[in-house]
Amino acid sequence: MDAMPKWADVVLVPVVSLLLAAIISIIVFVAVGQDPWEALKLMSYGAVGTSDNLGYTLFYMTNFIFTGLAVAVAFHAALFNIGGEGQVLLGGLGATLAVLFVPWPHWTLALLAGSVAAALFGALWVAIPAYLQARRGSHIVITTIMFNFMASGLLIFMLAGPLKPVGEMQIATAVFPETVHLPSLHDIAQLFGLDTFGRSPVNISIFLALGACVGVWALIWHTRLGYQIRAFGQSESAARYAGISAVNITMIALLISGALAGMMAVNNTMGINNPQLVDNAAGGAGFIGIAVALMGRNHPVGIVIAALLFGALFQGGAELSAATQIPVQIVVVIQALVIMFTGALDEMVRSPIQKMFLRYGNKGVGAPAAVLPEGEE
Amino acid sequence: MSAQTQGGQTPAIELKGISKAFGPVQANKDISIRVMPGTIHGIIGENGAGKSTLMSILYGFYKADSGEIYINGKLTEIPDSDAAIAAGIGMVFQHFKLVKNFTVLENVVLGAEDGPMLRPSLRRGRQQLKELSEEYGLNVDPDAVIEDIGVGMQQRVEILKALYRQADILILDEPTGVLTPAEADQLFRILNRLKEEGKTIILITHKLREIMDITDTVSVMRRGEMTSTVKTTDTNPADLAERMVGRKVLLRVDKKPATPGEVVLDVRNLDVVDEKDVHRVKGVSFQVRAGEILGIAGVSGNGQSELLEVLGGYEEATGEILLNGQPLDLSGAKSDGQSRRARGIAHVPEDRQHEGLIMNFSAWENTAFGYHHDEKYQKNGLLMDNSAILKDAQEKMDRFDVRPPNPLLAAKNFSGGNQQKIVVAREIERDPDLLLVGQPTRGVDIGAIEFIHQQIVALRDAGKAILLVSVELEEIMGLSDRIAVMFDGKIMGERLPSETDEKELGLLMAGMTDTDAPHSIEEIEQNLAHAGEAE
Amino acid sequence: MSFTTKFLGATAALALTAGAAWADGPAIIYDLGGKFDKSFNESAYNGAQRWAEETGEEFAEFEITSDAQREQAIRRFAEAGNNPIVMAGFSWGTPLEAAAADYPDTNFVIIDAAVDAPNIRSVVFNEHEGSYLVGMLAAAASETDTVSFVGGMDIPLIRKFGCGYAQGVKAVNPDATVISNMTGTTPSAWNDPVKGSELTLSQISQGSDVVFAAAGGTGIGVLQTAADEGILSIGVDSNQNYLHSGQVLTSMVKRVDNAVYDAFAAGENVEVGLNVMGVENEGVAYSLDEHNEELITDEMKAMVEEASAQMASGELEVHDYMSDETCPAIDF
Repeated sequence: MDAMPKWADVVLVPVVSLLLAAIISIIVFVAVGQDPWEALKLMSYGAVGTSDNLGYTLFYMTNFIFTGLAVAVAFHAALFNIGGEGQVLLGGLGATLAVLFVPWPHWTLALLAGSVAAALFGALWVAIPAYLQARRGSHIVITTIMFNFMASGLLIFMLAGPLKPVGEMQIATAVFPETVHLPSLHDIAQLFGLDTFGRSPVNISIFLALGACVGVWALIWHTRLGYQIRAFGQSESAARYAGISAVNITMIALLISGALAGMMAVNNTMGINNPQLVDNAAGGAGFIGIAVALMGRNHPVGIVIAALLFGALFQGGAELSAATQIPVQIVVVIQALVIMFTGALDEMVRSPIQKMFLRYGNKGVGAPAAVLPEGEE
Repeated sequence: MSAQTQGGQTPAIELKGISKAFGPVQANKDISIRVMPGTIHGIIGENGAGKSTLMSILYGFYKADSGEIYINGKLTEIPDSDAAIAAGIGMVFQHFKLVKNFTVLENVVLGAEDGPMLRPSLRRGRQQLKELSEEYGLNVDPDAVIEDIGVGMQQRVEILKALYRQADILILDEPTGVLTPAEADQLFRILNRLKEEGKTIILITHKLREIMDITDTVSVMRRGEMTSTVKTTDTNPADLAERMVGRKVLLRVDKKPATPGEVVLDVRNLDVVDEKDVHRVKGVSFQVRAGEILGIAGVSGNGQSELLEVLGGYEEATGEILLNGQPLDLSGAKSDGQSRRARGIAHVPEDRQHEGLIMNFSAWENTAFGYHHDEKYQKNGLLMDNSAILKDAQEKMDRFDVRPPNPLLAAKNFSGGNQQKIVVAREIERDPDLLLVGQPTRGVDIGAIEFIHQQIVALRDAGKAILLVSVELEEIMGLSDRIAVMFDGKIMGERLPSETDEKELGLLMAGMTDTDAPHSIEEIEQNLAHAGEAE
Repeated sequence: MSFTTKFLGATAALALTAGAAWADGPAIIYDLGGKFDKSFNESAYNGAQRWAEETGEEFAEFEITSDAQREQAIRRFAEAGNNPIVMAGFSWGTPLEAAAADYPDTNFVIIDAAVDAPNIRSVVFNEHEGSYLVGMLAAAASETDTVSFVGGMDIPLIRKFGCGYAQGVKAVNPDATVISNMTGTTPSAWNDPVKGSELTLSQISQGSDVVFAAAGGTGIGVLQTAADEGILSIGVDSNQNYLHSGQVLTSMVKRVDNAVYDAFAAGENVEVGLNVMGVENEGVAYSLDEHNEELITDEMKAMVEEASAQMASGELEVHDYMSDETCPAIDF
């Protein structure tokens, strides 16, 4: 692993992955008869071209930070929480219940209540898969996938039933009261006399996301719990030896993970211009979180950067399909390509680069024992 | 095959100037050897000396940066293992590459089938297997399923696989690591037989005794270089050890007689049944006193590991264990490693890579491993005091001469010996009442072995109780004040090192008490296979 | 670091030109399901396309991929200067309500929902009326006195279809049985032809010999199975008679295309306010063409024409399920 220097691991690999994705994307654009250069320019414009567009990019980034952190925390315990999608949905349900029916006098209180409820619901939703993994060895990937389906079903049931205002047909809750609406960055900027971010929904929960990054960083690298999570994730047998309870760590890591995913709902329910919970509110962010965490190397700083990139990709993609005749499906293909290259095919890029460093590099930090394939036992 | 060059001038294998570097590390540097046909050639060296790299080049796993390989005098390119097989080279790996739920015959034929249909291959295979088995006295049942047969037999299947592929040159990598002394003897008889039939054998090992017992010539490797090649009859163990390490080495542990005190550890009727419902430890009782080392000998997989795990607090057991007269909780459910440590038990586990260390953690983080709840490693009640741990790590590494003395380096970047020193430092510096030590020198270079042994003896002399588990008889004999032998989960007997020898312990390790009549190797094998769903 | 930000420099110049291609022109935003859904969205697309072909002008369009994109899509076109902006589907109601006030100079058209704002034209259809007409035809065509209804997602709008249908059936044959099934309670119910087929089979086994599908893509399976099993079916939204010529009794046509076409044709000055499209103004109708002329007898034709006239004159009032979420003719 240490066969290549750290900069290659955190910078070179993602950049090469992105270049590969870009090359395939160009081929796709050419295949559908679109000038790739124009498309690229349009996407860039869509992502960061105006302060309004940038606002949307940041809004999506906020989502992806939460789900990326959620995946990363579980990753540190070697657990693959693929259920972010469902946890976001449940988080949305929690936030909705907390702010829709309680007349909070001020948005700060609503933010607090909504965050706590969203985190709680997200955590609860992963609690059963976590328990099954910890106690019964049922694979977390399988169970969380199933829980995604259940979450989707439950949410639609709630939105189409108990939470649907009478006479409305949209699968959504009522719009939250104005008092619980979180201030958008636009509102905040106006306090300083600036007119930025237009009517984009980027809102104060971006700071909640950045705060969560700091929290996760401190948790993972500066607390006993984080130490135990990482130790357990690196080697379950060693954790056993050290008296670290597999059951506890599995539960705690997944609960934190679920809570983080759930908190994304604060952004996409209470934070949007028209605060309400709609069907499929997660919009795939739970899955994108996997790519974000992989690309960000499970580190909060990396996650922020990766989330920004994916946010730009999403916002730019929306612009691309709105401003051209490129079918939306092609845009989805492009987005999926980037996710695939940076997420799933990470190893495909990594190992040749690693080999290259082994062969030609002489700046590697690996000491002899690391690279010599001597039998140890 | 036809390449039965009679004792002539053409070497079976000749390597000329082989070099191989992994990044900055020169694993093999300008290595040249000649191995004559019909001989057994030993290659000895410490871990990391480059033995396995060299053999991997010969078997086509790596490509040498420079140098040439001659097989029977002919320059041969070996880009992959198929080419190696075609050139008549067979390899028996340290970790067997067998399909556990296939039969012997299926394993032998696997990958060397004649065509898409299996049946004709199996028919031909059965015939050839019978012939080979008889010719070399391998004595293997073709229809036995791998997971049902003993380790020694499995190894013979590996040899058969190579012979079936018409290998004339056999490379064996640390072949005796998993064998009892009797099984090792059996292997050596087979190797001699193969040699008589004209096969050429290369034996890679770090055990001096094996080199002396069986090889004709021996090459010593150190730090990627072939430092010397000598006739085995012209050397002796001390000389070889010196050539390996590069300085004089004390092969015997220097220690005073023990002065045992109070009973520290009292194990009574301990039984362990693992998750797969296998009865691992069967009614074991023993005591360890302050100021003594109790060595537990045995072939690996006979319950020693489980015994250590129970004592270390992470395996369930029934029976009774008293530490300083107070019972230990044996439920194992609470992952009780923490309270064990609090009670004064330190543990150098058998498997430092999978238990004792987190290989991707840096050395300093590993220093707190298991003791991460210690008050001295905390600050503000909430956070870990990373700088305190780092400082502590640096001190320990300096005291135990860990090289390189850089606590920021990941554990995996240290050599086996230095990794072990990190673990030993962590555990011994706790000043425990009872130290559990499993395989303290497995995969550890000779220089570090010496140091680690001295530390263990020093702890004993400080009046602590030590329970040592090792599969290396030499180590058991050298370190222990008393020896207990485990076989099939039971303690076969206790001996004083002064009143026993390797032969007697070897028999006990195979489940024979000394009152049993003389035995055949088959009997031992059966016994072992029967006892050990061992692995 | 990314290819998106790499070209930051290029974007400033682009800011003025991007999206300008269709700025000022009309825009349409489709609902989930996409513009080629063989049903509602496609009908909207056809209206827009017809306008483009007739005028030779272009329009902007966008397919959302999740509910979360709605408001963004509206704002995106409004900011780009498109006018009017048409959106098809009741789910646009809430986001449009929030966004429209920020763009007082832009006119919006929403189909299937009523939003009260000075710059919004709301187009709603009297689906219950059209359904009543096809219900009458179903009752007249049925020999078993049992007809059925397959709804898509169980929402009030679809119950409105089913309720109108049942009323029409009972009006012709008070003793007839109307079996009703909904495909599901999630949006996937709009696109589950297999389930639609299963429901149809089940209804046939209960005696139904005419089935009305108001289920989007699911209806394709309903119509197919009806044709395979030799019973009659009734299509919805678009004229689906051609799908199984001679085996589709009729279709309850909802002229979403006309609504879009009219809006596009009116351009920036599209009339705002509520626009109800019923039997009276041919917003909803039963379809009659060469594929089903054999099936609709003159008697049947006369019967529905009379009912249509009565509806237009206000003499016949069909109960709208959505007015009070109850239905006198059937229990869902």
